[in-house]
Amino acid sequence: MSRHDAGKPEQAAREAWLGEQARKPRRRRVVLNDSAKARGKALRTIIELEEQTSVGEKLVRDLIKQQLRSAFGLAFAVLIGMCLLPITFYLFPQIGDLEILGIGIPWLVLGLAPFPILYGVGWVFRRQAERHERDFVNMVDR
Amino acid sequence: MTATFWSLSAIVAVAAVTFLLGYVGSRKANTTPDFLVARRAIPATRNAAAISGEYLSAASFLGVAGLVLKDGIDALWYPIGFTAGYLALLLFVAAPLRRSGAYTLPDFAEARLGSVNVRHFSTFFVVCIGVLYLVPQLQSAGLTLTTITGLPAWFGGLIVTVIVVINVLGGGMRAITLVQAFQYWGKLFAIAAPTFVLFVVFLASPDRGTQPISDEGVVRFPQAESITVAEQVIKVRVDEPLTLKVHGEIDGRHADGPVFWGRGVYELSPGTVMEFPAGSPVPVVEGSPTNNHDWTRPQTGGISDLLKTYSLIFATFLGTMGLPHVLVRFYTNPDGKAARRTALHVLYLLGLFYIFPTVLGVLSRLYLPQLLVNGKTDAAVLMLPETMLPNLGGQILGAIVAAGAFAAFLSTSSGLVVSVAGVVSTDIMPGKVRDFRWATVFTGLVAIGLALLLPRSDASLTVAMSFALAASTFCPLLVLGIWWRGLTWVGAVCGLVVGGGMVISAQVISVVSSYTGRWAPAFITQPALITVPIAFATMIVVSKATRRRAPADVNQILLRLHAPDPLGFIRDRDIARFGTAEEKARMADDQRRGAGRSR
Repeated sequence: MSRHDAGKPEQAAREAWLGEQARKPRRRRVVLNDSAKARGKALRTIIELEEQTSVGEKLVRDLIKQQLRSAFGLAFAVLIGMCLLPITFYLFPQIGDLEILGIGIPWLVLGLAPFPILYGVGWVFRRQAERHERDFVNMVDR
Repeated sequence: MTATFWSLSAIVAVAAVTFLLGYVGSRKANTTPDFLVARRAIPATRNAAAISGEYLSAASFLGVAGLVLKDGIDALWYPIGFTAGYLALLLFVAAPLRRSGAYTLPDFAEARLGSVNVRHFSTFFVVCIGVLYLVPQLQSAGLTLTTITGLPAWFGGLIVTVIVVINVLGGGMRAITLVQAFQYWGKLFAIAAPTFVLFVVFLASPDRGTQPISDEGVVRFPQAESITVAEQVIKVRVDEPLTLKVHGEIDGRHADGPVFWGRGVYELSPGTVMEFPAGSPVPVVEGSPTNNHDWTRPQTGGISDLLKTYSLIFATFLGTMGLPHVLVRFYTNPDGKAARRTALHVLYLLGLFYIFPTVLGVLSRLYLPQLLVNGKTDAAVLMLPETMLPNLGGQILGAIVAAGAFAAFLSTSSGLVVSVAGVVSTDIMPGKVRDFRWATVFTGLVAIGLALLLPRSDASLTVAMSFALAASTFCPLLVLGIWWRGLTWVGAVCGLVVGGGMVISAQVISVVSSYTGRWAPAFITQPALITVPIAFATMIVVSKATRRRAPADVNQILLRLHAPDPLGFIRDRDIARFGTAEEKARMADDQRRGAGRSR
């Protein structure tokens, strides 16, 4: 029962998906045309990424770490915020008596407020994630 | 009779538009990638509308308002959790999942972990979640049709199944995308318009048709009401003594005539008829707040309700990312960035929708207290327009709501059938278009069979159970698979089996208990708080113990998942497996040149 149970055709498909570089690191012929003169280094970095040389692996690890830090930070903040609400309501039941314009504050806090906040957090994450990716591409390309 | 006419015409109109859009969408669908992932060419905003259309199921359209009617403010955690789940999906899963190039969830598992075994287990759980989610949709469809037309309950489920299966047979994912996107806007209109009108009606004459009650008091019947207990035993709690007429059985003893009920809990057998005089206090189904004081204030149910709320937050926050029919829609985006944009747009569309069911739920507390007695609160949204406006306007609003509810069943069921059929046809059958069509028919048959056999419970509760299952199986698989190099296929399988096994046993126990007098404790109906951490822990511990089973190419795989789209690392596995020779050549060509296309 190993991962080689996949059988031959599956294995071939997997290699196609991973790209030839994944299994057989070999010399790659690079033909530069005039417009891509400056691309020589970019190409080399991308090949380094695919072949997972120590440099390439370090680059990817850093990117993943950055993205994970953004995601975890925001998820943690939201989850903590959500989890604090029920316990606050439970410990301080007098909050239930507060009203604005005849509507109980807890109804506004739970029925209306969460949706714009969730969207806002999502928006912040999208911006951060896309910035990390842009930085990564720029670094590879330069 | 005219009301029935209006509602039926609205439902027929929704069905006709569904067919039409399905036909338009499926004209060009003829290859397996068309059927599985709509060729991955859906723009982000349309895909977001389709995802929201698919996601706003009976549980959201009918169930949320019903739970607000019954449980009050604590029920608001359902819409919050249903929305927050997309935030978690956006943060942890959306872009890397699309970049994996997989075409189903089991395919992702195999691509990441390099084992066919984990693929088989994933297939099993995809089918479980899909069916568990599909059954309440079909049952609610039956309830809707019964409520508005009096047709037998099996009829509605059957109609939905037939429409969905025919549409999916025509063009799979390609056919249903347009349908679901349209149905989101249809549903938004169908819930927003009645909310605005009924709210104005309420403001104009707050006392008409309701009973004056203080904020502290017990709800009272506005007029004399006769209520029949349906197929299951119900327990009601009485807070304020009352006299009523009962024909049937109370607590197992025969009763026929006037009865006095003091404070306490009464058990009513199926078929029992209760006749309440106008102004009588309303007994409330056991487990829900009996008076408005507790209903309007959060967390009055003690420590066990507090834990239930946390369990619900956990299940919905983490479960959404494991729902196969939601995930498969993210595979239809062109790239990872579009997947992220889609998820963000979904947050906006859902937030817009969920404001309305809450308002309807609060209004129905004033006008439809009879639903509290037998707990069939899912019908609240459907009955409210005509109760508040007993004229043509109310009938037309009722018809709009009915059409919206029907759209909810259709879009959710379509998405579920496509995702289950996609998995069954590619993992159990060879995966040709013909196999997909057979799998569709098979899925439809199984679902309608189970919908007729299993007992009905609140749509939101059953759906919450499938969230718990998704959160305890695929959520750890995806999060660990995407972000942690150490996950092995052995660890993944163990986690799936332990997490999924616990949730399924809990579900079985709760079904048994619902037949034999509701003795199961609260955490059995909402087990996520316990099962999710155990599933995560199992995956991590077992993966650490089997470290040498980790795929040798894990670094390349994580590169594929996280590298920005312009670098051109995406390889679509559906093309590699099912594409034509031409498409494969193009992909190989892209791959050769991929490194050059860096900008």
